[in-house]
Amino acid sequence: MNKPVPGHVLNHPAAFAPYQDNQRLRLDPGAEARAHQAGARVGISQAHESAVLHVSGSATYTDDIPELAGTLHCALGLAPVAAGRLLGMDLDTVRAMPGVVRVFTAADIPGANDWGSIVHDDPILCDGEIRYLGQPVFAVVARTREQARRAAALARQALRVEAAPPVLTPREAHARGQYVVPPMHLVRSSSGLDEAGIRARIAAAPHRLQGSLDVGGQEQFYLEGQISYAIPKEGNAIHVHCSTQHPSEMQHLVAHALGVHAHAVQVECRRMGGGFGGKESQSALFACMASVAARLLARPVKLRVDRDDDFLITGRRHCFWYEYDVGYDDAGRILGAAVTMVSRAGHSADLSAPVMTRALCHFDNAYWLPEVAMHGFCGKTNTQSNTAFRGFGGPQGAIAIEYILDGIARALGHDPLAVRRANFYGRGERNVTPYLQTVRDNVIHELVDQLEERSGYQARRTAVAAFNATSPVLKRGLALTPVKFGISFNVKHFNQAGALVHVYTDGSILVNHGGTEMGQGLNTKVAQVVAHELGVAFERVRVTATDTSKVANTSATAASTGTDLNGKAAQDAARQIRARLAACAAARHGGSAEDVRFANDQVWVGGRQLAFDALVGEAYLDRVQLWSDGFYATPGLSWDKERMQGHPFYYFAYGAACSEVVVDTLTGEWKLLRADVLHDVGRSLNPAVDIGQVEGAFIQGMGWLTMEELVWHPTSGLLLTHAPSTYKIPTANDCPPEFNVQLFEGENAEDSIHRSKAVGEPPLLLPFSVFFAIRDAVAAAGARRKLPPLQAPATSEAILRAITAVQAP
Amino acid sequence: MTHATPSSADARPIRFYHRGAVVSIQGMHTTRTVLDWLREDVRCTGTKEGCNEGDCGACTVVLGELDANGQLQLASVNACIQFLPTLDGKALFTVEDLQAMTPAQSCCGGAAQPLHPVQQALVECHGSQCGFCTPGFAMSLWNTYEQHRQAGTRPTRQQLADDLSGNLCRCTGYRPILDAGQRMFDLPAAAFDRAAVARALQALAQEPALAYGAAHHTISERTDHFHAPRTLEDLARLRLEQPQARLLAGSTDIGLWVNKQFRDVGDLIYLGGVRELRAVEERDGALWIGAGATLEQAWAALAARAPALTDVWLRFASTPIRHAGTMGGNVANGSPIGDSAPILMALDAQVELRRGAAVRRLPLPDFYLDYMKNALQEGEFVQAIVVPLAAFARQVRGYKISKRFDCDISALCAGMAIALDGETVASVRLAYGGMAATVQRAARAESALLGQPWTEDSVRAAQQALAQDFQPLTDMRASSAYRLQVAQNLLQRLWLETRPQGPLDAGRTSVFSVLPHGV
Repeated sequence: MNKPVPGHVLNHPAAFAPYQDNQRLRLDPGAEARAHQAGARVGISQAHESAVLHVSGSATYTDDIPELAGTLHCALGLAPVAAGRLLGMDLDTVRAMPGVVRVFTAADIPGANDWGSIVHDDPILCDGEIRYLGQPVFAVVARTREQARRAAALARQALRVEAAPPVLTPREAHARGQYVVPPMHLVRSSSGLDEAGIRARIAAAPHRLQGSLDVGGQEQFYLEGQISYAIPKEGNAIHVHCSTQHPSEMQHLVAHALGVHAHAVQVECRRMGGGFGGKESQSALFACMASVAARLLARPVKLRVDRDDDFLITGRRHCFWYEYDVGYDDAGRILGAAVTMVSRAGHSADLSAPVMTRALCHFDNAYWLPEVAMHGFCGKTNTQSNTAFRGFGGPQGAIAIEYILDGIARALGHDPLAVRRANFYGRGERNVTPYLQTVRDNVIHELVDQLEERSGYQARRTAVAAFNATSPVLKRGLALTPVKFGISFNVKHFNQAGALVHVYTDGSILVNHGGTEMGQGLNTKVAQVVAHELGVAFERVRVTATDTSKVANTSATAASTGTDLNGKAAQDAARQIRARLAACAAARHGGSAEDVRFANDQVWVGGRQLAFDALVGEAYLDRVQLWSDGFYATPGLSWDKERMQGHPFYYFAYGAACSEVVVDTLTGEWKLLRADVLHDVGRSLNPAVDIGQVEGAFIQGMGWLTMEELVWHPTSGLLLTHAPSTYKIPTANDCPPEFNVQLFEGENAEDSIHRSKAVGEPPLLLPFSVFFAIRDAVAAAGARRKLPPLQAPATSEAILRAITAVQAP
Repeated sequence: MTHATPSSADARPIRFYHRGAVVSIQGMHTTRTVLDWLREDVRCTGTKEGCNEGDCGACTVVLGELDANGQLQLASVNACIQFLPTLDGKALFTVEDLQAMTPAQSCCGGAAQPLHPVQQALVECHGSQCGFCTPGFAMSLWNTYEQHRQAGTRPTRQQLADDLSGNLCRCTGYRPILDAGQRMFDLPAAAFDRAAVARALQALAQEPALAYGAAHHTISERTDHFHAPRTLEDLARLRLEQPQARLLAGSTDIGLWVNKQFRDVGDLIYLGGVRELRAVEERDGALWIGAGATLEQAWAALAARAPALTDVWLRFASTPIRHAGTMGGNVANGSPIGDSAPILMALDAQVELRRGAAVRRLPLPDFYLDYMKNALQEGEFVQAIVVPLAAFARQVRGYKISKRFDCDISALCAGMAIALDGETVASVRLAYGGMAATVQRAARAESALLGQPWTEDSVRAAQQALAQDFQPLTDMRASSAYRLQVAQNLLQRLWLETRPQGPLDAGRTSVFSVLPHGV
């Protein structure tokens, strides 16, 4: 069974590095230990606050909450066609199924039949117009979940429909001028040109590149599916346990569906088994339906959808189709760019408009574009309503310019890295974005220089060429791509957060904030911030479930802003308590309050040292308020939605990755051999958690661009890839044998929480390097300077198609 | 000896070992899944449901069984597609069991129960983020841990990745989990009392064979039966007596029928208890693979004799699916995209069918009549797959093409075997899955090669003939054009690897050769 590893293929001695080497490369435990000893609680690789609960199986997800007696279960009956009219329902057979308690339709909803987050165009249950195959039409409530599912599965027989031909692709929607929101235009010229002028500038440039690109969508595939558990309370109130990134929005939408005030709805979420954007708005349908059923039956109702139904009902990352036209000079510098982006929005607006805004605001990625004409169209299709997914349009915007630059380099016969560099934003000039925000924190030059050095890019470029010259079947490819990603919600008022910190008389601390924990380590970081502020052990601090009855009017945990906003709010609360404690300590023990020091569970005051909990005890006796709220609003933001300009981002996060792949020219199969990553998180609050975000995003983004393919039936509109058996996300064998990930040394130029930077979304763009390494290998299989028409996802089939194209005479 | 078919009243309960005691279950339907029982009935909610179809691994548990020598053998499986009665006589381990294997710390002090090394390593290596997949990973890693602790070995990083092929994580990107898989062997060892479990299972083995009945959940007045015969003779008799009953082996397909399609599977006859059918051994110049042998056992035996099949082995579903599913089931099921059949056809395998005492053998191509239709007669079943050892004297290849390396259904899968006489093709077998309604040999392409010199020109002729052999379909896995192009190109790959002059090793033809599989 031994298959020796051929040396010429596996020529990296560090491949399959033992775990000790992986740790050493990433973290500096010695430095962290010294900082910890000196009292720091941020900058420490504290394990996830729930890690022990995770590994022991005792972390409670919504479905694990002990069910109250009398709990009923809900399942949804889904539309069997993608478009048309609902003529009627024969629900008696459904009602006759064993265990069925009630069947609800749109007419039963006491309040608004709508869960739309921005535009109110999302019915909870079908109101007559069938919008997509999988749209919920009725809800069955039964004694067990299995009974509810079996009854709901009769939808096909129970529903009388008049089918119409569906519109399924963005191009088709665009051709019909069918959009969920009005088109967006961002035309900007550094020399005062209008669009016609920009187009003329492009046409007059020394070189010109025109083309189109398809980039597929992506299913979030949170491991924990959508779920809500609604418990009726006295006086028409309701308590909803919901796996959601946005408890406040769930609260509002449930209130509307029930026709009650927000104060009658409490939404709680201890943790999600992953969210990735898929539980930002789209948890609402389930929260609303469970709540409606619970209210009407006066019984607790749980709605946990089966994975296939989750795929069929909810939306995902928008797929995009682009047409571009750029003019450039001999160095590959872009002189003018025009791009049209059309997304598949699905049947309703959901978050498609802000996703498109972010796509348009990230077309520049790390590059200065003196003249741009961008047009964004959100195509209305008879498919699931697409929504947020990590990156939120940013990746879709940026990959287009990377595709263009890669094409320019190939057309010129230059190394793509040189062309990318030639277009980088400058530091004092060439630094205004198309939306007119000046880039003041640019570190892409030094970051890419460092990565080029650490990855051995130039030597490997030579080695790859040498390999390809003698390899008949396999071809290698190499690419190094940069990331610049704007941090903040484009909508100014979302950039606020609140927190509560309680210090109990035994010195233990409870924190609650408006952010939600979906695995990203938000609670860990917020607890670190509070422990740091109060100078206590991390173990003293406990973070509790996000709860609309604690912190009100919260924003979604999204746009990578969770720690920036909630960390600052918690710090604000902790600082108020610390100030009160310091005043109390100074009054009791002498000295001035400003000189009181808190560190390592000790307090130094007036030349004395006392334990933190002793001071807390004293403060209680002195009637000092030992709990506080905290609030934060990101400063300096502005955004003019109509003119598409302003200062939408507090700062930018940067990164770069270098990937090497090998491609089989006979089958299109490929393998990532090695990836080197350098990513900017400012001054890290928790290096281990940040590296976890970077690596996870890398593999997730790689899945998006390679193996994760969504396929709808071309006539019926059925999503054929509706389960992990048909929709393939990366596995352990897709993690490259050599994966060198490091954090860039630096700090946030802005006054963010401890000068850290957001890390949730930006690293999702790092695996562009994988896609372009594949394109590089494909190019090596064909004639020089032929542009491989590689589309994303670069499945083996897409790769072989591109190879066949570049090999064609 | 025989047992009368019992009514539900006199049936003994299902009995298995769980959390240190023997559990007895009666009244639950035959298709109640292990996962639903764990989560809903005994509130062991550490085991999660991610997909309900055996593809994500969040529900991974470990089963313990005694082997022919009375030794306890462990194997990870997906709880979501295992029916409760299949646990009869076995031991069930879940994430809740791990800490009990860690010796409590000698001193007092009210410290929390220490973590098992598997768990401790996951924490130290930051191997969990959202944590939902983590219990499944912990159980797969525990399976690996015990396997290597028993053998006194440590897995390579590649073996760890292969062991985790059935566990999806959407957060971490896997590197820290693989780190934990290495780290766990550097931590103080955990104690797992195998002998105690073995004793409990020996006691359970004294019970009569399970013939269980329970009321159907929707059809009143109907009792569904679950028979778990222990001898081939009993199985053959039951099959004759109850030809309407469905045979159940690994339930990696039937589990989905129940969970996703709500199909009524009726009475079940379970093959897992028939020890004779679990044998994989050489008999009379052939490799005899009993219909109850797991996919893991069967593929290991094939790859031991044809190392070039290692990739197809490791890419067949996932580790937990290969622990549960059988090659007999894969062959009998007859899916056009099953990966066993093309390889077995290339190896000239026969199926051994039994009806009562009568045994007959059919060449595998003759077994498949049409899409999901086979040559089994009423009361007959697949008893074994028989591979002539002579087949391994040819150059054998297995090429699987799918979107993902691990646990993916083939766009196409090719089994190929060739023998040269000098530079002439003396014999050739080219079998393809994913190219037609059944797995089929490429008759025209084979004829184009047989007796011809093994040259690139002959390959071209065979490629053209292949286009006559197959008109594949377009579906979500691949287009018709891609399937045909790759099927043709794989002939080129075969030639490059086996040509008399300067054959290329796999390192120059397969991108996956960078994965150092094998021990």
